[in-house]
Amino acid sequence: MSPASVFVCLSLTLLSDYPVIRVKPDHSGVVTDGVKHSMNPFCEIAVEEAVKLKEKKFIKEVVAVSCGPTQVTETIRTALAMGCDRGIHVEVSGKDYEAMGPLQIAKIFAALAKKEEASLVILGKQAIDDDCNQTGQMTAALLDWPQGTFASEVTIDGEKVKVVREIDGGLETIKISMPAVLTADLRLNTPRYATLPNIMKAKKKKIANMKPADLGVDMVSRVEVLRVDEPPTRLAGVKVETVDDLVAKLKANGTI
Amino acid sequence: MAALFKAGKALGLCVSGCRSLSSLAELPEMHQMMRQTCRDYADRELGPIAGKLDKEHLFPAQQVRELGAMGVMAVEVPEALGGAGMDYLAYSLAVEEISRGCGSTGCVVSVNNSLYIGPILKFGTQKQKEQWITPFTTGEKVGCFALSEPGNGSDAGAASTLARQEGEEWVLNGTKAWITNSWDASATVIFATTDKSLKHKGISAFLVPMPHPGLSLGKKEDKLGIRATSTANLILEDCKIPLGNMLGSRGSGFKIAMQTLDSGRIGIASQALGIAQAALDCAADYAHKRTAFGAPIGKLQAVQFKLADMAVAVESARLLTWKAAMLKDAKKPFTKEAAMAKLAASEAATFCGHQSIQVLGGMGYVTDMPAERHYRDARITEIYEGTSEIQRLVIAGQLLKEYAS
Repeated sequence: MSPASVFVCLSLTLLSDYPVIRVKPDHSGVVTDGVKHSMNPFCEIAVEEAVKLKEKKFIKEVVAVSCGPTQVTETIRTALAMGCDRGIHVEVSGKDYEAMGPLQIAKIFAALAKKEEASLVILGKQAIDDDCNQTGQMTAALLDWPQGTFASEVTIDGEKVKVVREIDGGLETIKISMPAVLTADLRLNTPRYATLPNIMKAKKKKIANMKPADLGVDMVSRVEVLRVDEPPTRLAGVKVETVDDLVAKLKANGTI
Repeated sequence: MAALFKAGKALGLCVSGCRSLSSLAELPEMHQMMRQTCRDYADRELGPIAGKLDKEHLFPAQQVRELGAMGVMAVEVPEALGGAGMDYLAYSLAVEEISRGCGSTGCVVSVNNSLYIGPILKFGTQKQKEQWITPFTTGEKVGCFALSEPGNGSDAGAASTLARQEGEEWVLNGTKAWITNSWDASATVIFATTDKSLKHKGISAFLVPMPHPGLSLGKKEDKLGIRATSTANLILEDCKIPLGNMLGSRGSGFKIAMQTLDSGRIGIASQALGIAQAALDCAADYAHKRTAFGAPIGKLQAVQFKLADMAVAVESARLLTWKAAMLKDAKKPFTKEAAMAKLAASEAATFCGHQSIQVLGGMGYVTDMPAERHYRDARITEIYEGTSEIQRLVIAGQLLKEYAS
């Protein structure tokens, strides 16, 4: 039985090359008003992989899912324009959105994947604003599904998925049974530009709306952010004349 | 906004008929997405290579193919013929964003869409559309438009290229000048006189494949700007084409040319907007970073006034361009608005190019910064597809018609 539907779970993040991200005056977080948001780059890679799998006829349907406020529908539409078939927007806003973390998101994705009988859930490996790298793994654990994380190559082989993973030691190849969760790493693929005809078609594709409560997910966070600080200002360096000076200085400040 | 509507009503123009101008505060979602896609492509794929393309006079063949795959080389062409099936406003946005990345690439996109595909889409038979448009939607092939001659540019009615019928063929003789895309094109829409006695009503339009026996190319011109495009003469010496290669009816060539240029003007206006915006972006960015007299130069009023003037010039030209595109999409007359858009946008481009170099000072004069390339690329927009002087004649002509009792 070839896999029916693949869920691509998207994250809306702060644009990383925005000039200055500022910490809020009360140190409770980062200022997000007026900062440009867009689809998380790793999620773009996840969408591309899912659409490629569909083009190779390994899967029938790609569903783009995202949690967050209304803004998130733009992200889902971009995914539709890249080739996903339909979208699901799980509405989370206000205080719930500010407190939303990987665990809450994973609960939502897990509940959806079960409800819609997905065969594969593909996510970006981490969001570039919080760098948590947890949502994929948590989703797999909640579903009790195998996981292929940091994927740099994905091949579907019958009922199984062969995943080449980028690990510190090099590359690790594993074979896991579906249904499974995959997270996309940088070298998995190069995301396509949405074509103009696909942007037109995206307009007609459906985006379903729901709330976490509809999925029986409680959004209470068990994590409390105590404080957010900017990294310490980089101090000017010191120039030394010779290698001996360098060694002496490094010894003096306890580095070696 | 209210004044515009009042003025429109006073002149009997149907301003309220087209998509409401007040909704221009936000473009429709689809257009925004499309604009963002083109902008991303321009930033990532064109911006980094634009300097090289300019310096080495390289035609961006791969980028044109990629843009073709995205649908940008045939924005208005219906999907059934292989195009993107979008409207002229979408096309204008696409050309602007592409030109912002690379003025030359924007020119290639504009010429292929408006000047080559445009007239065939409007005046061609179904068979001609399938033969001459569909292969040119993918970016694999581009077309060109041959109207100007060494002896006449603005004076388009004086076409001295001749076409005579010989049996089942047309035989073309003459020379066309300043043809953009010439060395990279696989076909051309070309204008020749079929009946000299009828003067401009004796000009007809033809479709000629390239290369073709009897058609040769002159040397590539060494231009001030848009150097990644090829510009050359087309020389026709007993160039024979089938009778079926006439576009539109005999004698309608001048009308086809003028209508094509009307729409083409919106494309060039968009290209000029892209170049102007790129110049403005360059200057504004520099104003933040460069310090003088103890502070970023953006703090100095002299610089601020320049940036403000540049921004107003670009934004007002942009709104004129969008209006012309929207009128065309609504199938309303748009000749005057298109001429106004092209005039305003091209003058905005040369103004912004000039001021951008001024803001950058010495840095603006060297090739390390793109300001000098924007200055050079902008200049052509006041010349081709109708000089600024011709635009003024068109606008005045339309205006006076409105006031005639």
